[in-house]
Amino acid sequence: MKDLAERGRFGDYGGRYVPESLVAACAEVEDAFREARSDPGFRERLGTLLALHVGRPTPLTPAPRLSAELGVTLLLKREDLTHTGSHKINNVLGQALLATRMGRTRLIAETGAGMHGVAVATGAALLGLRATVFMGERDVERQALNVFRMRMLGAEVVPVGVGSRTLKDATSEAMRHWVGATGEAYYCVGSVIGPTPYPWMVREFQRVIGDEARGQCAEALASAVPDYVVACVGGGSNAAGTFAGFVDTAARLVGVEAEGGAGASRGRLGVLHGFRSLFLQDEHGQISEAHSIAAGLDYPGVGPEHAYLRDLGRARYVTVSDEEVVAAAVRLARTEGIVPALESAHAIAWVIRAAGAGELPPGATVLITLSGRGDKDMSTLKELV
Amino acid sequence: MSLEKRLRDRGRKLLMPYVTGGITDDWTGYLRSFAAAGADAIELGLPFSDPTLDGATIQEASDAALARGATVHGILAEIEGLDLDVPLVASTYYNLVLRDGTSAFCAALRQAGVAGLIVPDLPLEEAGELADAAAAAGVDLVLLASPSTPPPRLYEIARRSRGFVYAVSRMGTTGERAALAESAGALAERIKQVGDRPVLLGFGISTPEQAVEAARRADGVVVGAAIMRRILDGAGPDDVGAYVTTLRRALDQESDERR
Ligand SMILES: Cc1ncc(COP(=O)(O)O)c(C=O)c1O
Repeated sequence: MKDLAERGRFGDYGGRYVPESLVAACAEVEDAFREARSDPGFRERLGTLLALHVGRPTPLTPAPRLSAELGVTLLLKREDLTHTGSHKINNVLGQALLATRMGRTRLIAETGAGMHGVAVATGAALLGLRATVFMGERDVERQALNVFRMRMLGAEVVPVGVGSRTLKDATSEAMRHWVGATGEAYYCVGSVIGPTPYPWMVREFQRVIGDEARGQCAEALASAVPDYVVACVGGGSNAAGTFAGFVDTAARLVGVEAEGGAGASRGRLGVLHGFRSLFLQDEHGQISEAHSIAAGLDYPGVGPEHAYLRDLGRARYVTVSDEEVVAAAVRLARTEGIVPALESAHAIAWVIRAAGAGELPPGATVLITLSGRGDKDMSTLKELV
Repeated sequence: MSLEKRLRDRGRKLLMPYVTGGITDDWTGYLRSFAAAGADAIELGLPFSDPTLDGATIQEASDAALARGATVHGILAEIEGLDLDVPLVASTYYNLVLRDGTSAFCAALRQAGVAGLIVPDLPLEEAGELADAAAAAGVDLVLLASPSTPPPRLYEIARRSRGFVYAVSRMGTTGERAALAESAGALAERIKQVGDRPVLLGFGISTPEQAVEAARRADGVVVGAAIMRRILDGAGPDDVGAYVTTLRRALDQESDERR
């Protein structure tokens, strides 16, 4: 099957719905990415950075105690063990290398949980670029540790005080800023959202998760491929990267959204931030504010490829509540000694619920992408646990 | 009569003031005062929750209108009976168009007496469906050009735009600026070289001097944030009308002097 993403369309979704002033900049990013991905030198540089700086490949860890409790076989893809603590770094290093190749001297980014922002600040420092990170004021408060980390790394953090003061508004503000800075700055989008080529490019930079996991599952499992592949979905980059390794297998793909940020599960067709996809909106077409305990999932839309996989029935999208998420984080911590990011805990929460409800057959093999670690969430969890 | 013909028939430098629909209880009073002050067309913003091409002023205006309960259909219902003698050009983001579907949206505009439509987050490549629906409904879909638009694309934009071409004067968002961007005049001239539709310059034009400077190389100007700043600060229709009059006079005076 030809990869639709290369043409910037996923069925009825995707596209490049940007102001005329950004069309040339997006086209330039697309051309540069097409060139770079077929350049062995670029691939080698990125591979080296991922190995030596990020610590890839990340392990696939069995979770024997939680598996025994749930009656299924869990395997955890450990993106929480990457340098900077989440999968976001995979994409950032790819794009930061692209930015230097394009002669840009500054990275612009939006961030929700701050993990993408930290990754951007890290990539910028590593490659000698400047970084400007937009972050909603609400997230600046609840992810204060990451704000300090970004500043420590030399990035400028710009709090965004409009609208919901979360990821949606940070993204709008980053786009506004980019319009006035396309000559010098590169917009490093943090998920599989945005105008073409971003949903495609970010998935390609994240597919290292799925590709590694596919090989690791082949060694770990008698069946070679797990029965279920589960990942949390904000914009959907860790899920897209994970799914990319398994779309051509019989594995059932499950994306887990926050109950209050369920673009794929409850969104309607719309256009925002440069792409056509499913968005939470009111009856008049105004975009709704998302609400989640996990700042990284506080986004009213979902990447276009997920909307497409949903329509095809190739992937399923489900939701879990904040309460289930906190309980799941605690349970993973106490059974396996791993404190997950609240975003990643969504995937765990659904598996716990589905195993309990008999939705996962006893003995089923389940790959869960653990997109990040929970250090950043300590102040939130401290109040609740 | 088509929007383009109505604009051409004015025979003078064109002035298109902007107002966010639903910004106050009696917001249609602004439309009347703009018409009386010599506007040649009026840009009517249909507020969207996430106006990604707008600076702080129009964002604030959009939020304020939405907080008052403004909706697309509410705004259109309020203008339906108004007998303005200048054309209205709606501007909004594509999500609100998709909410109704392109055909129903354009039909609703037409029904309300709106002559044209501007959708800043809908570039040429994505505009086909809406262009067809607009043409079928008799609404002119205005396309935007920017300083970063390369020549062959500019030609396509000038060819496919209806009514006029909206020239974005600067690489940036809407909002008042101390000076007209260098890029403004050059862009207007480039568009005029590749087509014969009227060219209106917008973004960052707020003083009579800037309007005059812009209109030297374009067919007219759009003034948005400067008006909305005044309205947000409490100026009523008469006050803002007086400001539009100063813009009108400056443009006319300049034309007289050149004759
Ligand atoms: C740890 C972690 N997981 C998941 C996400 C959600 O992003 P995505 O859906 O693009 O993977 C974030 C975003 O901030 C994150 O920090």
